[in-house]
This record gives sequence, C-alpha cells and structure tokens, in this order.
Amino acid sequence: MTSMTLGSGATAIDLKHVKVFYSDKLAVDDVSIPIYKNKITAFIGPSGCGKSTVLRAINRMNDLIPGARVEGEINYHGKNLYGKEVDPVEVRRRIGMVFQKPNPFPKSIYDNVAYGPRLLGVTDKRTLDEIVERSIKGSFLWDEVKGDLKKSGLALSGGQQQRLCIARTIAIEPDVILMDEPCSALDPIATQAIEELMKELVKSYTIVIVTHNMQQAQRVSDFTAFYSIRKAEETGGQERRWGVLGEFAPTEQLFSNPKSEETERYIRGEFG
Amino acid sequence: MATMSTARERVKDEAKFTAGLRNRHLRGQIWMRFFQAAILLGLLALITLMFNVVNRVYGLTAVRDAVPVSTFSDRPLEELNASELAGILVAQLPSGGRVLVRDSLIGQENYNNNREAPLSQLIQGVTLPDDVGALTLAQLQPENTQVIFENAFTPEDMRLTIITDIVGREVLESWTWSESLFNRAAIDEKVASTADWEGAQLEWRSWLNFSFLTSRMTTVASESGVRAALLGSLLTIFLTVVVAFPLGVGTAIYLQEYSTGDHWFERLIETNIRNLAGVPSIIYGLLGLAIFVRALEGITQGRTIISAALTMALLILPVIIINAQEALRAVPPSIREASFGLGATKWQTVFRSVLPAAMPGILTGTILGMSRAIGETAPLIVIGASTFIANDPTLASRFTVLPIQIYNWTKDPREGFSEIAAATIVLLLIVLLLFNATAIILRQRFRRSLSA
Amino acid sequence: MKRYALNLHPNTFVRYQNRNLFSLYQWSTLKCLLNIVCDNTGLTPIHIRGQKQDMATTIEVKRKNGAIEAALANDASGRPRIEKRGRPFDDFMRYLLLACGTISVLTTLGIVWVLGSEALAFFTSVNDQGNVFSTVLGNLGNFLTGTQWQPGAGLFGIWPLLEATLMTSFMAMLVAVPLGLGAAVYLSEYASQRTRSTLKPVLEVLAGIPTVVYGYFAITFMTPLLQGVFGRDTVQFYNTASAGLVMGIMILPTIASMSEDALTAVPRALREASYGLGATKFETISKVVIPAGLSGILAAAIVGISRAVGETMIVALAAGAGPRFSFPPDFFVAAETMTGHIARISGGDLSYGSIDYQSLFAIGLALFIFTLLLNMLSRYVTNRFREAYQ
Ligand SMILES: Nc1ncnc2c1ncn2[C@@H]1O[C@H](COP(=O)(O)OP(=O)(O)OP(=O)(O)O)[C@@H](O)[C@H]1O
Ligand SMILES: [Mg+2]
Repeated sequence: MTSMTLGSGATAIDLKHVKVFYSDKLAVDDVSIPIYKNKITAFIGPSGCGKSTVLRAINRMNDLIPGARVEGEINYHGKNLYGKEVDPVEVRRRIGMVFQKPNPFPKSIYDNVAYGPRLLGVTDKRTLDEIVERSIKGSFLWDEVKGDLKKSGLALSGGQQQRLCIARTIAIEPDVILMDEPCSALDPIATQAIEELMKELVKSYTIVIVTHNMQQAQRVSDFTAFYSIRKAEETGGQERRWGVLGEFAPTEQLFSNPKSEETERYIRGEFG
Repeated sequence: MATMSTARERVKDEAKFTAGLRNRHLRGQIWMRFFQAAILLGLLALITLMFNVVNRVYGLTAVRDAVPVSTFSDRPLEELNASELAGILVAQLPSGGRVLVRDSLIGQENYNNNREAPLSQLIQGVTLPDDVGALTLAQLQPENTQVIFENAFTPEDMRLTIITDIVGREVLESWTWSESLFNRAAIDEKVASTADWEGAQLEWRSWLNFSFLTSRMTTVASESGVRAALLGSLLTIFLTVVVAFPLGVGTAIYLQEYSTGDHWFERLIETNIRNLAGVPSIIYGLLGLAIFVRALEGITQGRTIISAALTMALLILPVIIINAQEALRAVPPSIREASFGLGATKWQTVFRSVLPAAMPGILTGTILGMSRAIGETAPLIVIGASTFIANDPTLASRFTVLPIQIYNWTKDPREGFSEIAAATIVLLLIVLLLFNATAIILRQRFRRSLSA
Repeated sequence: MKRYALNLHPNTFVRYQNRNLFSLYQWSTLKCLLNIVCDNTGLTPIHIRGQKQDMATTIEVKRKNGAIEAALANDASGRPRIEKRGRPFDDFMRYLLLACGTISVLTTLGIVWVLGSEALAFFTSVNDQGNVFSTVLGNLGNFLTGTQWQPGAGLFGIWPLLEATLMTSFMAMLVAVPLGLGAAVYLSEYASQRTRSTLKPVLEVLAGIPTVVYGYFAITFMTPLLQGVFGRDTVQFYNTASAGLVMGIMILPTIASMSEDALTAVPRALREASYGLGATKFETISKVVIPAGLSGILAAAIVGISRAVGETMIVALAAGAGPRFSFPPDFFVAAETMTGHIARISGGDLSYGSIDYQSLFAIGLALFIFTLLLNMLSRYVTNRFREAYQ
C-alpha cells in the first residue's frame, strides 16, 4: 500500500517493513504504512498486538528501553529516522508524544508548558509567556487554569492533566503528535474535550492516535491501521506471539467495508 | 498577533535549534563524565584504603637486639625447652630472677606485707614442689627459681620475657611493602649509615602471622599479639547477640504482627526505634557508662565485657528490629491467613508459620547488627575499654577488643605499632568478611529449603 | 474475636483459596501448619478448603471422593470437633513481646535521663550561686556562647568543640554530597544492570568498614597526602581537613544509596515525558529526575550531616586533641570536636561525679539534641516526598 493507491495527499511519515524486537524477541513484524500530513491516523487492535510499540518506534522512544531494536525504515521528510547520523533528540523535538496516563511534571502548570521551549533555548520571559498562553489556549485548557498558572500540574483533574500534557507538546511546535490512548484514563466528558481538541489540532499538526475505542477511531480519524496478533508454537510448548499489520485503509472504508475477516470480527467486537 | 508569530518562529528556529543541540549534547557529555568520575572516585577510595592497610602489613623491618640471643644461647629460643628457658631467665635476669618472681608472681604490695612468709603462701595458683614452697623469697637459690619459672610460666611466656627483658628487642623502623620493593637501596643505605643503629638487622616481615593471633600484648610491637583483643571481641559479640537477638526479634514481632499502630504506645515504640537508629554511637557509650558501668556496677563489675555487651546490644537493637520488621513484612499475608484458616492461634501462627518464613531475613539483619557491633569503637572507649590487657578476658574482667586495639596502636607513636594496627585491621576485616559470607550462605540455604 | 482450634490428621492435603499450599509455600511452613492441626480427629480428611471471611470461619473437610464430610462454621458451636478455648499462653506471649518493645523506649528514656541529669548536675555545679534556676541559666548561657573550653580554668564554652564539629562535618559534606549524588545519578541513570549490580555491593562494602579503619586511613594516608600537597608548614599533623575529607568518603555510600533510592523512585512516565519533549538525557536528569527526587536527596544529605556530627573515631584519631577556637576557621590546624573530646576525656582516668565527667554529658546532650533534630527533619522531608506521588 502506498500513498498513491489511497490518493490522499502528502505523507508526513512513511513506515517501511518496520520490525521491532524486545531483547531479540520479535514484538511487531513487518509494518508498512504511510502517515498522512494533517490527518489523524488511528491504530487499533487487540491488546498486546504492538500498537504502542510501533507508535513509540516513530519517535524513537524505544531507544530508552534496554534491548529494544527496530529494523526497517521510518522515513520522515525522506530521511530514515533510524539512519546513523540521526539524533533521537531531534526526532522527538519534531515528533512529540502524549502518553496513555497523563504525566505532568511535578512542577507548576506554567513550568510544565515552558519546559520544552526552555530546552530550545527560549529564556525571554515575554516570549515564554506568549508560548505558554497560546499552547494552553490551543489545548482548550486556558479558561480553566488562566487564573493560577503557578498551581502544580499534579493538582489538576485527570482530563485537565491530559490537556496540559497536550499543551506541553504543542508548545514545542512539533510536526507530528503521537498519542497513545490519550483518553483511556478519562471520563466521557474529558474524552469529548480531547477529541474536539484533536480535530482542531489536526489543522496544523499530523496526529497518530492509538485507541481501544472503535467509536473514537471512527469519530476522529481519517485513516485506520488495524494490527493483529500472530501466534506460533515454539519448541518446548511455549507460545510465541507477535503483532502484524492487519489492514490499513481510510477509516470509513475500514469500518464499513473491511477487507479481511479478522478485521471485521475485531470491529464487530468478537475478539480482542 | 505579531508577537505571537515571532514567539512561534523562535521555537521553530531551525538554525538556532541545530546550533543549540550541539551544545546541549556537549554539556550532557561533560556531566556524564562527572557522574562517572564520582563513582570511580568512590571505587578509588576503597582501593586506596585497602591498599594503604595491606601495604603496611608486609615489608622490611629494621630490628635491633641490645643483647643478641647468641650471646647466651647457641640455639634459637624457639628450639629450647621449658627448663632451658627458665635457666636463661635465672642466669640473665638481675638478682637471679627473684625480682621477676616478686613482681609477676607475688606482687609488690603483697610481698612488702609478708616478707617472711613461705612462697607456697605468697604465690597463688601455682603448684610448687614442697621444698621450694617452704622457702622465702630471700632464701631462693638459682636452681629453685628455675623450678618456679618452669612451673609458673609457659615456654611462650618465658620466650617473650627473654626477648623484652633480656634481649631488649627494639623495632627501629619498618617500611611499607611498596617502599621495600621499590626503594630497597635507600633503605639499605639508611640501615648501614644511621649512626645509632649499630647492629640493626633488616628482615622481611609479615606483621599478620599466626603468632600475632595467639600471643599476648607486650610493649614491643614485633612480639605483640592480638589474642586478648580477639577473644574480647568474640566474647563481646557473642553476649551482645544473646541479649539483642531475642529482644530485637520480639519487638519486631510485636510491631509487625500484634500492633495495629492505633495505640499511642505502639506508635511511640515505632517512632522511637527510628530515632534510636540515628543516635550517634558515642551517646550509647555515655549511657553505658552511667547505667551499666556505674549504676549497675554490682551486676556488671564495672568496666567489663558484660557492660560492653549490654551497651552494644542497645546499640544494635534498632538495626535488628528494623531488619526483622522488614523480613516479617515480606512474609505473604496468605501464609497467616492459611494458618488462621486452619484454626491456629495467633501465637502458633506467628511462631510456627511466620517466623520460620522470615528467619533468613531476620538472621541477615542480625548479622548486619553484629558487623556493626564488632567494628564499633567509640562507645567502648567511653565505657572504658582498657589499653593494655595481657591476660585472656573473661565476662567480668577488664577487656579490650579489636577496634580498640586498632585505635590504641594507631595512636602509638612508637615504631612498629602502626604496622600491628594495620595487621589488626586486616584481621577485623576478615572477621567482617566471614560474618557477611555466613549471612549470604544462610540466606541461600534458607532460600533453597524454602523452595524445596 | 472468637478463637477455635481445629485438629486434623497429618495426611492432610491442604488447599487454601484454591491454591495449593504445597506448591505455593515452603514445605517447612506447611509442616508447621500441620504440626498445629495434626493432633487428632475422627476423620481422615483429604481436602481442606478454608474461606476467609473472618479469621477462621468456614472450613470444609472432604473425603477423597469429593463428598463433603463436614462444614464447620463459626456459629456451629455444637459441632464436636470445634472447641472454644481460653488462650492464657497467647496473651502472655503478647505481653512478653510488648515488654521487648518497651526496652527500646526505656533506652531512649535512659539516654534522656542520663544525659539530662548529669548535664543538670553540670549546670548547677559550676559557680554555685545559691539560686539553682539562675545558676543553671547562667551556666547554660556560658556553655552555649563561650569560646573557651578549659576545664582547669573552669571555662566550659562549647564553641571550640562545636566549631571543630561543624568544620569536619562541612568538609565531609563538601566531599560526600556532590560525589554521593554523582554516584547515585550514575548508578540509577547511566549504569547498565550489570554495572549496577557489581558497583552497588562495592558501595555497601565501603559503608560496612568500621570507622576506626577510616581513622587509620586519615592518619596514614590523607594527612601525609595533604602535607605533601600543601607543605608541612601549612598543614599540621592533626587537622580537621584530613578528618573531614575521610569522613566524606565514609558518608559517601550512605548518601549515594539513599539518593539512588530517591532517583529510582521517580516514575518512568516522567522521564518519558521529558524525552518525548525532545530533552537530552542530561536535561531529563537535571530538570526532571533530580528535582522530582530532591526531597529524598535532601533527606540523604541531612542523614549524612547527622552521621558526620556524631562520628567519633575519625576525628579522635586525625583531628587532634585539645579544644581550640579559631576565627576565621583554619582547616589545617588541630582542633577537637565534641565527640573527639568525649572520647579523649572518658578514655583517660576519670572520676565519677567530677565536673569533667559531668561536662561530657552536657556535650553529649547537645550532640543528642542536634542529631535528633536532624534525623527528625530528614524523616519529615522524606514523608513529604512520599505524599507528592500519592
Ligand atoms: N519494554 C518491553 N520489554 C519487553 N517486551 C515488551 C515491552 N513493551 C512491550 N512489550 C511486548 O511487546 C508486545 C506489544 O506490546 P505493546 O505495548 O506495543 O502492545 P499494545 O498493542 O500497545 O497493547 P495495549 O493495547 O495493551 O496497550 C507485547 O507482547 C508486550 O509484552
Ligand atoms: Mg499500548
């Protein structure tokens, strides 16, 4: 599958034959998908199929896990992110990440958002103020916290914390935002807020989201990648499991007219 | 709005970012070196410390005998039997050895009070032939004195007396192992040319040897041994554990199994233990001095091993309690539930199910406490460990222990004492090593029996 | 709570909450359990299942064929195999254990009493002016503000001793805090699992070496080293710098291991958040990990200070004998710390009840209060830290 067959504009990132290993154990086998610019791509699939693993491979977060290894190519602006001369710090500065559990720093709201810009060398108070304000506004949190930016980020509610984490991410103006189940710890109202936010953000950013919520994928995403699990008996009776890409298509098409039976069963909720 | 976009541009500024990134990485590199250096320095400190000690245990030593053994004996002292040694003492000591009989067997004061009494009355704890026992000190003939010495002293004692009192052995200087290896010429030169080192002999010497472990303390470093201190340490540690182990484990059981933490007294015990763990050891010394040495003198006999061990027991109690509590906490609650489920009482559950499961952890903690106690010096100085103990200690005698000897000998400016301090340190570290090895073996054996 | 005893045959196969005790727990414990229950029973039970509702509530006893022989419950008081017993022995043991715990409280009371009463005797005995209260107050004032400690002249000002204590402790912290923290960061953030598992025991060895050995090290290595570097004219043989530096090495492992605990307790998620925003490893450490673990690190440093203040053997050997007040502080001259003074005076011939004897307890009291406050502060700081992560 290439961008040509789907014909939906420019790709931001191109995954080619990506395999991920954890200490020589294959976790995900041979994933090739495009991530389209200014679109939301959703990753769905049963638990343990490697959605997070692929997502983390995209901004080289897996480098932090001892023994983790990525094969294949992930091309970004025509450059392989796993090329020799590529600096993971630079990758992460352009491809930001929002995590499943909100993880604000134990610092003030202001310092949380200013963290990234400060790393980039912005020291001027006025500039920082602007960036913080714009980022918090951008994540629709401003009205709730504008009075007290000195308050600890940990003192916010779960949904607010997650929006703070999104604000923190957009403060460094990344190209792509990766979100790993950003709503799984949130109630429906907070989830809705984040979903609205994503639809807003996608105008200026490219978004990849992992979700277990089929409705959410349908509601927000433009493209969906379905991953599934393959199993094999190993000598000694042990089972080996790894994830593979099941299907990738525009969301509407994938949900209304899945090509494979496995996908269909999954989206009908028969396993997973 | 204009400023907004400049702020945005600032963040997106590629050139600045790339330039800054190089610096950021460089700073990270430098700091990583610092962190690495910190741990390496720690390692280096350990190696230096060990080397510094071991380096002094073996090396060249210049020793001089004022009256060489060869002037009165054609064989080395080690080959002589008891009566020959006694003969040398009688022949070489002033007044035919009578002074030695008076000072070391009768006692000066005792003698002054009973000058005319027969020796059998004056000398306690030595069986003398009847004819000798009937004599007074003044009537002693050389052959009588020789018989007394043979009966009263071991050959080892006599050899030491000969070396210190007759030979007058003296350690002139001793060099570290590294000096001895790399600076040999200068050492030879010094021994040959120093004016008042006439007759000095240079020899390789290991300060830690078997006779160092078994011989008594003397005033000459090269002949001195650590026997009394070693025995003192072992006795003290034994008594300490006997006292501290049941008290500590009992407290831990109470706090972990019985206490709900609701009662103020239970919370008091808990907080109190944490605080006690941080009290400087010298404070325990003051406590021991006032309570065990002074107030309870009737029981402890004052500055004795009993007092020392009781003080040490209080000192290591928090260590044992905290570790035992941890071990008890690690026992899965299902073991207790299972035991209760079978109708066992609280005490049966604790004593027969929980305690055996927690035992390896408790023993490890106890050995940790013992390691602490065997190296602890300050409280013993305060309660008054002695500097010079020639005889084997008993529970109720004045005493010394290994770390006290290290302290005393380190302070001693005379030649050779720094070296025996080093030898004692090595000995102490070996004892500590044995403790810890035991802890590891115990733990593994228990683990095996647990999993079997 | 009602207590019951149930006695079963030794050939009992015990299951508890559907888990097999044989495989779950060690044989020895099982034997202990069986010892408890094996005395007598009319049944030959094959299968026991206990359900935890209260402590010992429902116990089913099954035959091999699976038929339930008897279900014994708390309220089944009429059943023959369950008897309610009084437990005088259990109560006795409980109080015996409580008595053990009381010993530690008595130890503290003993310390407070001994230090307090002797110190009080000290403060009332110097320059007796009749009125006890004003005497104590006056002497306490002199004690806390005096800059001369000359028992012969009746001068008992703590400052010469306190200054030396502060100097050696300061020197020790100068070494131990940066190096200890550095080592902790290296161990928790940079070292591989293997390096860590070899280096941590080394630190433990360093922590387990008796302090008198460090004292020997100070005298035979550090002092000659300092004299070699700065010259014998500047550096006296006994000096606070040497004692302080070696004390720093002694405290280093404590600070390193406590700080490492604090750093490893910082959640992974925070590190990932930082990396996700494009931080380098060092930026993550310095801006997120260390600040998040700061209270733990602080607690470690406070414990370090407390140990330095209370340390005796190193200063007794290397810092010198004889109280000496110097202003400005000179690290290369001999001085005697509070602990060093107690050790030296009590090591000599000391007659009980003399003013010298009592003065030691006054110093001890000051030391005790000082270290107690530090330790309480350290625990307070650690507890605050725990609250920060729910
Ligand atoms: N740090 C790790 N070390 C070793 N194996 C890992 C690690 N992280 C994930 N795995 C393994 O990789 C496989 C994929 O995990 P991953 O977290 O990517 O799944 P997922 O699709 O995100 O699941 P979920 O929906 O539950 O989050 C799993 O089998 C998991 O056990
Ligand atoms: Mg996941």
